[in-house]
Amino acid sequence: MPKLIKNAVVSDNTCQTLDKEFSGSVDEILANQNPVLVPKQFWLANAEQFLENESIGVWLDSDEGPEELEPYLSKLNLIAINFPKFADGRGYSYARILRDRFDYSGELRAMGDILHDQMFYLKRCGFDAFAVREDKDANIVIEGLNDFSECYQASTNQKIPLFRRR
Amino acid sequence: MYKYDEYDRQIVRERTKQFRGQTERFIDGTLDGDDFLPLRLQNGLYVQRLAPMLRVAIPYGMLSSTQLRKLAQVSLDYDKGYVHFTTRQNVQFNWPEIKDVPDILEELNEVEMHATQTSGNCIRNTTADQFSGAIENEVIDSRPYCEIIRQWSTLHPEFAFLPRKFKIAVNSCPDADRAAIQFHDIGLEIIKNDKGEIGFKVFAGGGLGRTPVVGSEIRSFLPEKDLLTYLDSIVRVYNMHGRRDNKFKARIKILVKALTPAKFSEMVEAEWQHHKDTEVELTQSELDRVKSFFTAPDYAQLENNTKTFEEAKTSNSEFSNWVTRNTHEHKISGYSIVTLTLKKVGIPPGDVTASQATAVAAMADDYSFGEVRISHEQNIVLADVRQDQLFDVWQKAKLLGFATPNLGMLTDMICCPGGDYCGLANAKSIPVAEQIQLKFDDLDYLYDLGKLDLNISGCMNACGHHHIGDIGVLGVDKRGDEFYQVSLGGRSGRDATIGKILGPSFARADMANVIEKIINVYTENRTEEELFVDTFRRIGMTPFKERVYAKAN
Repeated sequence: MPKLIKNAVVSDNTCQTLDKEFSGSVDEILANQNPVLVPKQFWLANAEQFLENESIGVWLDSDEGPEELEPYLSKLNLIAINFPKFADGRGYSYARILRDRFDYSGELRAMGDILHDQMFYLKRCGFDAFAVREDKDANIVIEGLNDFSECYQASTNQKIPLFRRR
Repeated sequence: MYKYDEYDRQIVRERTKQFRGQTERFIDGTLDGDDFLPLRLQNGLYVQRLAPMLRVAIPYGMLSSTQLRKLAQVSLDYDKGYVHFTTRQNVQFNWPEIKDVPDILEELNEVEMHATQTSGNCIRNTTADQFSGAIENEVIDSRPYCEIIRQWSTLHPEFAFLPRKFKIAVNSCPDADRAAIQFHDIGLEIIKNDKGEIGFKVFAGGGLGRTPVVGSEIRSFLPEKDLLTYLDSIVRVYNMHGRRDNKFKARIKILVKALTPAKFSEMVEAEWQHHKDTEVELTQSELDRVKSFFTAPDYAQLENNTKTFEEAKTSNSEFSNWVTRNTHEHKISGYSIVTLTLKKVGIPPGDVTASQATAVAAMADDYSFGEVRISHEQNIVLADVRQDQLFDVWQKAKLLGFATPNLGMLTDMICCPGGDYCGLANAKSIPVAEQIQLKFDDLDYLYDLGKLDLNISGCMNACGHHHIGDIGVLGVDKRGDEFYQVSLGGRSGRDATIGKILGPSFARADMANVIEKIINVYTENRTEEELFVDTFRRIGMTPFKERVYAKAN
């Protein structure tokens, strides 16, 4: 079972993630017992229906910015951002825009190529949940959340840069 | 010079601890090579043709004598007893063992050095004018701004995985640009507006590499307090929109060109509306705090060009030559800026042995307030030397082999490590440099030629900055053989230009002769005042082409 680190606790990830090209029906999704992550375009096309159901979230790929979600953010409680490759860092900026600019306060989940060594950066950009890559031990990966005890820059979880605090 | 406080020390310590964990996971097999790669790169560790290479940052080129001694010691304890200064104000160890790297980093941390972000697709070390703080005619010392940028960019959570590497350079001299800011991803020129306030003219999208581009101005005046909010805005636009499908098109220069500089600037300005006036805005107290580390050393009250100094020059023409070529005027009277030239025939440019480094550290202590600077031309600068001590400095430098009075001359070449050391290179570059140095060993002839930049890169990545030399040499691979392409008329600095290709490439054995023919065309055609680039611009490529490619009779 894949693992999810959420609020610094490891649990089973029961969430089902639909393909980016998903072309099934809305009803099929609504009937699902487990939480479901719906790809952005499909989600947008049926936003009103999905917003009714708390266990349905939306996921963005690394080439899809978050701007179009803005009107729905107050009602959304799960957004996931995909990192198809470790080295594709676009999702960090998307996360900060969602959190800092649009004040999104629901769950923000990193998914895809998520490893130990991104955890601290992801946390600082506002992610609070991490769907760890399946071949990695989530109980070890979670340690990455605490690699550093201090940072220079302002970020989502520390709005005051070090130079205003030192 | 900047001194770490407890925060800075803690951050570099935790970084080394993190890297130790990563290295252990790599060695025990729980972290595979592909996943380790971006991590080790962000700590400056490459795996090269013959051995790993560790690149350590020299922020804005400044080193204390203590740091220099530590580099020498590390090279003896963990490497082959020499270090290599790069063209980007970094220093490299060419032969460390991977398992030792965390220990090396720990030792460097003790003297306030690190290897964070010296490689990888992240914000790299900031390049500065190696004379900053000492040179006459500077708007303001640029080093505090470089240190502020260093701290902002270190472990920036949003920008660790950019499309490509990202380099920032700062210049503060209205009449020179030794940092080559228009060939960086972001170039910052410190200026004063008409109210006398300090700020920056901002350039973006410059770069060398396989598609050389001169950076475009995207903002004419940025107030100093807005430095970091604006940098955040530029890098965010790049992070989200830079190409990631092709690594050769991933630098910001391609994005700026594709969008046009005007459109790029518009996007940055729009993004900036969300960043300005936030807590990230610099405070006066932070500017003051960082500037307080770069105050003037305890200069003595001296006169310029005293009688004794003038007499020493008159009675010793070799010394006088060296003073003319290898020292610069200092802003404080009675002081000079000394450049120790590391380019000697037979030695790869930028290489310094442990004993030489230790001796330079002693010279820094004795003559220059315990500090040195590394220039992007791979030389070492003693920035604050009393004129009445120049003769002693010259004699010691001569003993070390660092007094070849060829600064800025043809034989003061910029040259990458090339195929002898680097896994990326198409061709060797050091043997070409040696061949040319041997051919042009007559100093009087070199002085007569005057200032002339010859830059050699072993591949398209252009670490030897070949595009911006008066004469540029690029190693190319032709069906498995090493050939060299020559370009002419490049220029860094204020009148930045990319050199034009002369024509078909040459075999290595012909290179010194080719360079000689090019030089001959120049000397035959120049007017008295003309530099190489002036003659080239006036007479064009054709005479050079005709001479070099003329059929032998």
